[in-house]
Amino acid sequence: MWSYIFRNLLQRVVLLFIVSVIAHSIVLLAPGEPSEVDPSNPRMQPEDIAKIRAAFHLDDPIHLQYYYWMRDLMTGELKSFKDSQPVLPKIWDRFLNSLPLFMCATLLVWMLAFPAGIQAAIRRGSAYDRGSTFIAYTLISVPGFFLSYIMILWVVDWFGVPVIGMRTFGMEDASPLYQNMDKIWHLVVPSIMSAIAGIAILSRYVRSQMLEVISQDYVRTARAKGLDEDTVIYHHALRNALLPFVTLFGFLLPGLIGGSVIFEYIFAWPGLGRLGYEAILSRDFPVILTINFIAAALTLAGTFLSDILYAVVDPRIRLE
Amino acid sequence: MTVQSETPFQEFWRLFKTDRLALTGLIILILLIIAAIAGKVLTEWFVIFDPSTVRLVDKFLPPLSSASEYLPIGDMPKFGIYLLGTDELGRDVFARMLQGSFVSLSIGFVAVGLSTFIGILFGGLAGYYGNVRLGVMTVDTLIMRFTDIMLCFPTFFLILTVVALLPPSIYNIMIVIGLTSWMGTTRFVRAEFLSLREQDFVIAAKSLGLPARTIIFRHMLPNAMAPVLISAIIGVATAILTESGLSFLGFGVQPPYATWGNILADGRSFIFDAPWLFYLPGIAILVVVLAFNLVGEGMQEAMNPKLRKNS
Repeated sequence: MWSYIFRNLLQRVVLLFIVSVIAHSIVLLAPGEPSEVDPSNPRMQPEDIAKIRAAFHLDDPIHLQYYYWMRDLMTGELKSFKDSQPVLPKIWDRFLNSLPLFMCATLLVWMLAFPAGIQAAIRRGSAYDRGSTFIAYTLISVPGFFLSYIMILWVVDWFGVPVIGMRTFGMEDASPLYQNMDKIWHLVVPSIMSAIAGIAILSRYVRSQMLEVISQDYVRTARAKGLDEDTVIYHHALRNALLPFVTLFGFLLPGLIGGSVIFEYIFAWPGLGRLGYEAILSRDFPVILTINFIAAALTLAGTFLSDILYAVVDPRIRLE
Repeated sequence: MTVQSETPFQEFWRLFKTDRLALTGLIILILLIIAAIAGKVLTEWFVIFDPSTVRLVDKFLPPLSSASEYLPIGDMPKFGIYLLGTDELGRDVFARMLQGSFVSLSIGFVAVGLSTFIGILFGGLAGYYGNVRLGVMTVDTLIMRFTDIMLCFPTFFLILTVVALLPPSIYNIMIVIGLTSWMGTTRFVRAEFLSLREQDFVIAAKSLGLPARTIIFRHMLPNAMAPVLISAIIGVATAILTESGLSFLGFGVQPPYATWGNILADGRSFIFDAPWLFYLPGIAILVVVLAFNLVGEGMQEAMNPKLRKNS
């Protein structure tokens, strides 16, 4: 067990290193650099560009640039190209902003997808099943930003509450109750929007997983034994159907960054995805690379946890 | 009743057509392909619907309104009416949607073609030659670790980064989407190949001394195609959505190409003044992506032997 964990960790560190090398090469070898963001600016002289390139180590060979990036990242001295702010505190601030959004969305996904999927599987072929299949596919198929705009218009018209940003400005003097209500409104709409696709996809997985399990022999045995339907479904079938979702958990983490770009952009939410988007616009290599690096590290940590958890919840699996 | 008289395809079709949603999806897809080909022919080769004529007198006309009489004869839309209205430059939205249907669809197909090709190649290599050692690790380990590496990237963020850094071009978008979405196919194909490799007919083919090429492409791949085909169909849907997301952030297909994604992304600025610029492409994308997903789902249900026996 411990040797498995140790070997697995080592493997993941190697993977993380390769990921960081690939990310670094992609970003640096692609055309376009920080000095070229504004080429039409007449005040940019060739000497200035040379100065910028030298300051950012852009003239050094690529492996040296990788070394500088890693060294600065590890010592915490990595500075953004755009505003010379330290990268790690900047990312940490934005991460704290993204966290409530992510947690709220994840909670919605897991709380709604399971009941919906289980019901659809139990009543396979019923009107409910067909209806929820259709709704799920509609929600998967709608462009997120299209639905978000419709939702914003509707919420603002119907409830008369503002939903853009993290809170309404100028509410500092209002009573704490109103301030908190305001924050909750601002949080709920983007969370629902970023959860929708997840709910739809996960409920489909749950449904197919449940169907698979329900047709197993041990479920028939449980029924033949005379157990009531609820015990069969929730005790015998569901527990086995849940197993694969432990592994899915690990892949949720990169969604924290990748999936949030569009929604944070729409809702002007000062989170990690938006930071990444702004960094891409200004070719802010240290920020882009570090966000990528953190996302990869989180994914690896997530899948590692999933592996361990899988062995914990499923006694048939032995980690060798 | 004769039991074994129907071919696998007939059996598949009999099950597929009982699923009304999937059948509707298939009809929509056929209409879409016709529309896309018509779009290519009628807007680029024989310009009957001109998507690029700018008519400043006819800005923001709602659908089905007729063209102004002050237009020069050459700028008149076909039949003198704008079927789906005009946009902020007085361009015919119907012509643009028609042109966009071809571009959107070709982005989906090229990207998925690329990712499926890579997926089959890697998955097949890992599944068939998995035990061959290359230095310190086996082919299987090498390919699957590389797949794991690719799965670590936040995909949309990676696509966004690369597309933003590369010069804007429709081909770059196709290639980048294709290169970042092959991991699922690789895993499917590998899993199928691993189980097929042990089956009697493959062992028989091997003992006949057939070359590996024949075994892989004639005997194994056709048996592994079902999940690949389904994931490809759903992949086209995802690629169309990804393109619209990129367009929304301003990194999508650049003018003069119109795609449904960038018509929608441009239309959001006029959501109050000209709602058709926003809702039409949005609903069009929704319907088409939904059709792809439903067809994929229907195929999955029809091909899944486990679910089949219950129905």
